This record gives sequence, C-alpha cells and structure tokens, in this order.
Amino acid sequence: MTEIRAEMVANVWKVVAAEGDELEDGDTLVILESMKMEIPVLAEGSGKLTRLAVAEGDVIQEGDLIAVIG
Amino acid sequence: MLESVLVANRGEIARRIIATLRRLGIRSVAVYSEADAGLPYVREADEAVLIGPAPPARSYLDAAAILSAARQSGASAVHPGYGFLAENASFAAQVTAAGLIWVGPPPATIEAAGDKIAARNLMAAAGVPVAAGSASPIADEAAAEAEAARIGYPVMIKAAAGGGGIGMSVARDPAALRAGFGTARSRAERFFASPAILLERYMERARHIEVQIIGGADGRVRAVGDRDCSAQRRHQKVAEEAPAPGLSRGLREAMAAAAVAAGEAVGYRGAGTVECLVDEAAGDFVFLEMNTRLQVEHPVTELVTGLDLVEQQLRVAAGQPVSADMAALGPAGAEPHGHAVELRVYAEDPHRFLPSPGLITAWSEPSGPGVRVDAGYEAGNAVTPFYDPLLAKLCAWGPDRAAALDRARAAVDDFVITGPKTNLPFLAELLDDDAFRRGSYDTSVIGRLRS
Repeated sequence: MTEIRAEMVANVWKVVAAEGDELEDGDTLVILESMKMEIPVLAEGSGKLTRLAVAEGDVIQEGDLIAVIG
Repeated sequence: MLESVLVANRGEIARRIIATLRRLGIRSVAVYSEADAGLPYVREADEAVLIGPAPPARSYLDAAAILSAARQSGASAVHPGYGFLAENASFAAQVTAAGLIWVGPPPATIEAAGDKIAARNLMAAAGVPVAAGSASPIADEAAAEAEAARIGYPVMIKAAAGGGGIGMSVARDPAALRAGFGTARSRAERFFASPAILLERYMERARHIEVQIIGGADGRVRAVGDRDCSAQRRHQKVAEEAPAPGLSRGLREAMAAAAVAAGEAVGYRGAGTVECLVDEAAGDFVFLEMNTRLQVEHPVTELVTGLDLVEQQLRVAAGQPVSADMAALGPAGAEPHGHAVELRVYAEDPHRFLPSPGLITAWSEPSGPGVRVDAGYEAGNAVTPFYDPLLAKLCAWGPDRAAALDRARAAVDDFVITGPKTNLPFLAELLDDDAFRRGSYDTSVIGRLRS
C-alpha cells in the first residue's frame, strides 16, 4: 500500500484518476495549483487506486493525504 | 502632477510604486486582500482599502472592487503595476470612464499589443523584424500541422492572449505538435479566456533581450536601454541584467530603433517593453512581444541610467513632459553607466523549482554599496499559495559586469529567509556558473544547470 501526500499547500485544480482505476507508475492522479503553477501528482508504483481523498476545489496542506494505491 | 494614486497591485511592486509616490509628494492608496493585510506595502501607503478575500478573482482581479476603492479613497489615478489587471484593456477603459487617470498606455494600445497575432502583423507592417509564424489563429490540429510544415520545425506553440509562459511549448515533430496544441488550447481557454493559438519558428540558443521604451505625452517614443533576460525556467525569468552583455553597438542601436518603431506603431504612451529574441551568431533579432506595463525587471535599467521609471510613468499620465535626464537621451537610449543584475528570489525549492508557501520566520536583507532589494515581505508574513512566488528582487550594481556579479554573489549569501524554501541556493549556483559569469549564455542556461 502506498500513501501519496501533498508536498505543499495547494488548491486541487483537477482530479484526473478515479477510485478503482488500475494505475501504472507515473500516471497522473490529480493536478494541484499553487502560486500560479500547475503541479501534477503522480502515482508512485503501480496498482489499484483504493482511495482518493481530495476533490476539485479543495485546499490541501503539506502532508495531507491525496490518495492510496494498492 | 497627480494628486493621489491608487496602486492596484500587491507585494514588492506595490511597495516600489508607493516609494516613488511618497518621494514626489503624491498621496498613495493601497488595496489588499484578506491574505495580504500584514504585508509592508499596506502599512507604507497613506491609505489602504480591503478589497476582498484571498483568491485573485475576488480581489486583485475584481475591477469593480478596485474602482469602488478608488471612489471611496478619493484617488485621482490608478497605477496597475504588472500582472493582474495591468494589461487588461477593458479595465483601463473602465478606469478612464470613471473619471480617473490610467497610468499606462491607452486601452487600444493594450489591446493591439496584447494579441500576439495582431501584434506580430502590426510589427511586420511597421518594418520590425518578426520570426516566421502565424498571421491568423490556428483552427485545429490539422491546420497546425500544415502551418508547422510551412514554418519549419522546431516551432513554438503559444496562446495569442497568453503570458507568463503558460501553455507554451516547443514542438520538434508532428506528434509533439498535436499534443502541445491540445494542451495550449485548454490552458489558453482557462487562463486567458481565448482559445486562439499561434505558431512561431523556434530559435534554438536564442538570447532574450528587451528594450525599455517610454512614450511621452507629446507622442514621442524614446528607447531607454536594453536588458538581457535569458536566464529563465519554465519560460519565466529568474535573472536579468542591463546592459545586455556582449551586444555589439550596431545590434544595440538597431534594436533600439526597432523598439521605437514598434512603440510608434501602436501609439505608445508611458513605460513599455519590446521583447526580442537575438541570434548572436547571425547578429540579428526578431520581435517577440510588447509588454504594455512596467516590467518586473525595470530596476536594472534604473540602476544603469539613474532614471526613476515610475516617475516617468506618472509624468506621462499627468500630461507632463518626461524628466530632463530622460529627455536628454540619445537615439539608442542612455549610454549605460556600469552594469546591473537582478535576481528573482522565489518561494520555491531550489532543486525542482516547486512552490513553497509558508510562514516567514526570519528575514534579513543584504545591504551595501550598489545593492538594492525590492521586497514584498518581511518576517512574520505568510507566503500564501494564491499569488506568484516572487518574494523579493535582489539587485546589484557595479562599475562593470564582474563587479556587479561579485556584489550580487555576496548579497545572495547575506540574504536570510527562513520558513518557506527559497531559490537562493540556486541563485548562488547560477552566479557561480562559468557560462553565466562569461556572459555567453542563452535561454538554455538553467535547463543545463538542472539536467
């Protein structure tokens, strides 16, 4: 099981993946936006996306859970 | 002169404009969002008006809120700074319609320069060299492929209404072109509310050199001087210097003349910048775009000319002649006095350049001969994710380029910021880079340091 957490304060701009998706290493999960920059959050390792903890428009803090794979 | 000026911006540029207003005895009015109440510029203005919550769309981009602040504070003019509404022709028109003075060029000029396709066509007609590229918006992928085949790869894909490098990409083959076209289109719609895309021949190893112009109230356009802005990451500038190193006198004069022609072609008034790409080996240049505002990097020009560019803007807006030192400039602008460099201190990690907001726990600025810091923050301020990551501009002047770079390098070491991560370690690395030191760098310099 891999937990993917936010590296910085950001707004969730786009949710690309959905719970239940089979992901490959490097697939885009969500796209964050911070300081006028888009930051794609990528899958680390392959497996099923078992949990997606954010929705478009959310403001997330550093360390917040974004997704769980496997 | 103007009686009072509302500064429709935030951070370092609001503070810098307020400093000139104070020096000239003009009353300053700041506007701020809920996120920015504690920033230095809010305190330093004669009056400050809260215009809304943190998201820019509800504060610094909210024209109605800003106009209402102008009415409430009795301001007689609006200075937009850069970014936000600075190049919004409709906002400029609303300011004028409200009986206020707009510190910037007329709305029609902003509009003509803001559409990259229209601007290219205007410049070509005025005899300013432009790169091979689109004369009208590209309709779809198939049209893009045909256009790229005509222009020749590699091509740059751009949003016609764009800026800040958003949606821009280089395509070296049809597959990359199709992918880049789709991305550019969606970004263009989202950020600039216009899907128009253009292609331009991409110049490898080009230098990005721009010419500062001032259009007088009498209609005369003057070139002030050039700046090299080749050190970029993600098509955003990181370091700038004036004058552009190693530029031959012939090329410098040709660019100044082209910049004046460009300004005259759009009826320029106030401070503007004509950006060019320069192919040093071939000794020629092409027009890139015209910025109808004060540039972020204007301090390097001020340091080598002694001019206050904000003062010139205010004079032109008030219908007065430019200052005497400005009026005395020769046809190619000022003979630069020494050399100046600006380093943009960003709240971002110095390795991957990812944004790093957070609370500033300590802030200590460098000082000394030739050092100028234009800062938007101080200790105790929070850097929020709502705005761009620029914390401060660290500028250094020296009698020659080597002296300016030495002072800048020492100043980078003396700048202490704790809390958010900053790119100060990267700026030190850039100043230590051989190619940068020699001045023989181009827009690939940062990519090379990070590859």
